[in-house]
Amino acid sequence: MVAQTPTVPRRRSGLGRQVVRLTILTAILAAVLYPLFWMIGTSFKSQEEIVNNIGLLPETFTPGNFSDGWNNFDVSFGRFFLNSAMISLLTVVGNAVSCLLAAYAFARLRFRLRGFWFAIMIGTLLLPGHVLIVPQYILFRTFGWVGSDWPYLPLLVPQFLATEAFFVFLMVQFMRGIPRELDEAAKIDGASAYGIFRHVILPLSRPALVTTAIFSFIWTWNDFFRQLVFLSDLSDYTVPVALTLFIDSTSQSAVGPMFAMSLLSLLPVFLFFVAFQRMLVEGINTSGLKG
Amino acid sequence: MALTTTPNPTPSADGTAAAPATPRGSSRVRQREGLAGYVFLSPWLIGLMAITAIPMLLSLYLSFTNYDVLTPWSEVEWVGLAHYERMFTSDPSYWHAVSVTLSFALIAVPLKLAAALGVALLLNRAWRGVGLFRGLFYLPSLLGGSVALAIVWVNMFNRDGAFNSFLSLFGIEGKPWVNDPDWALETLMVLAIWQFGAPMVIFLAGLKQVPTELYEAASVDGAGTWRQFVNVTLPMLSPVIFFNLVLETINGFQGFTAAFVLSNGTGGPVDSTLMYTLNLYITGFTELEMGYASAMAWVFLLAIALITIALFSTGRFWVHYSDGEDR
Repeated sequence: MVAQTPTVPRRRSGLGRQVVRLTILTAILAAVLYPLFWMIGTSFKSQEEIVNNIGLLPETFTPGNFSDGWNNFDVSFGRFFLNSAMISLLTVVGNAVSCLLAAYAFARLRFRLRGFWFAIMIGTLLLPGHVLIVPQYILFRTFGWVGSDWPYLPLLVPQFLATEAFFVFLMVQFMRGIPRELDEAAKIDGASAYGIFRHVILPLSRPALVTTAIFSFIWTWNDFFRQLVFLSDLSDYTVPVALTLFIDSTSQSAVGPMFAMSLLSLLPVFLFFVAFQRMLVEGINTSGLKG
Repeated sequence: MALTTTPNPTPSADGTAAAPATPRGSSRVRQREGLAGYVFLSPWLIGLMAITAIPMLLSLYLSFTNYDVLTPWSEVEWVGLAHYERMFTSDPSYWHAVSVTLSFALIAVPLKLAAALGVALLLNRAWRGVGLFRGLFYLPSLLGGSVALAIVWVNMFNRDGAFNSFLSLFGIEGKPWVNDPDWALETLMVLAIWQFGAPMVIFLAGLKQVPTELYEAASVDGAGTWRQFVNVTLPMLSPVIFFNLVLETINGFQGFTAAFVLSNGTGGPVDSTLMYTLNLYITGFTELEMGYASAMAWVFLLAIALITIALFSTGRFWVHYSDGEDR
């Protein structure tokens, strides 16, 4: 189906093919989106309907799941959402600033061992985070960061030190596309390395910064592993860690509230998707690592 | 965006080649630029040392000790290769985790890539509304790694879940798949395949790069749709297939969240979802055997490196680069 030749004038069967193609795609899309619709429907179902009503829509609309879920634990979900939002936003700032600085050095400045450091940076791209979690836990615990009054340093400090190599790489690739003549012109006007960064590269790197910001937000918002390891007090929990508390409660009665909170937790990601759909799809194209 | 749209499967080669050493400016200017380079690089360098390199070395050291957080450093004992010996000779649950992880990656990754390629082929031509389809197919990749979606997934394959409702339409009686040791891991594979949108957009970018002249030439030679796919699309796309294969394989080995949610952090039912990273987490943070967990982490790292190298060496035989010469 792919191998049609676009320049050959369409024959009548072109329309038929398009209908077949659309039918197949719609069927696949329906299957792919079904779990999401099912989640929305279940969030508004009563416990009795969750067991008995196999339809997508609830017969009696039960918005009470949301208030039940919100207050299901000793700490309200409002707190968990605030914690998640704070970590995600600070991560965005940290990644944007630190990765931009590193990327500018790699893409534009000449210094000794640049090739060597760049190769190391690429190597860390493929380094699984799980490998470092034990020693990092021990180190951060020695610093007194784990279990302190504000236990988010272990989650945030690495983000301010450009450890997300993916974003450094993305920005390096982007900056290589910025014409060097602009640097040269600024240099002739007497601009320093900082001047070129501030007045040439920074303004032109906005698209890469936006992509970085969106993906750092979504990945941090969805991240579970690190937050699970480093957060131990209920009031410090983020949304993903709090959601797992629902699984602990073995009673089936919490399914509706659990779904309601799960749905709410995906809402920010979904809103980002709606607002930046094209950018997200293209952004991951451009150097589509992770996924 | 003005970035290169072809994913580069060998970025390291790119890095060294990208230094255009224009011998311009006096040595003082260059010295200043060299200094500036390190100033701009300093956050990354500090991060590399403090967050990556030192922890890696610490973890190597720990893997030879019985460190467990609770005992003070002065009482930590050197156990030599005992952890590695135990891992390879007398820890059946370790090998179980290895086989769970391997079967997960070996089954889920090829199916995910096949789904991604199939849908990408259907979406390749431009028509009105294609962007919306593309976006909606990509959506699961944004949501799928979350705890929330894992919760939905587990319930979907539970007794009263949507999957059994679907089966009941055909008069088939389902079961709580997630509680069945024979099926629990399969439900996680389906969750992984469901997120085919991310490799799909990379395939779409690759498909755009295939010159249409090749299809024209092939169809002049009388090649049908299938032959064009096998003889033009597949070889031209092989670098992108390779790129996706490496990334998805590495990702596949690291599955944690969904297995944690399904089993409430235990790897059950009957260890059927005991992924490598979950086993590592349990060993290090539940059983507090941090020395042993560090040994597992190092073996994991080496295994991933070896598998990546192996993939690259097979790539020589089937990945076709169109610049005329094989790299």
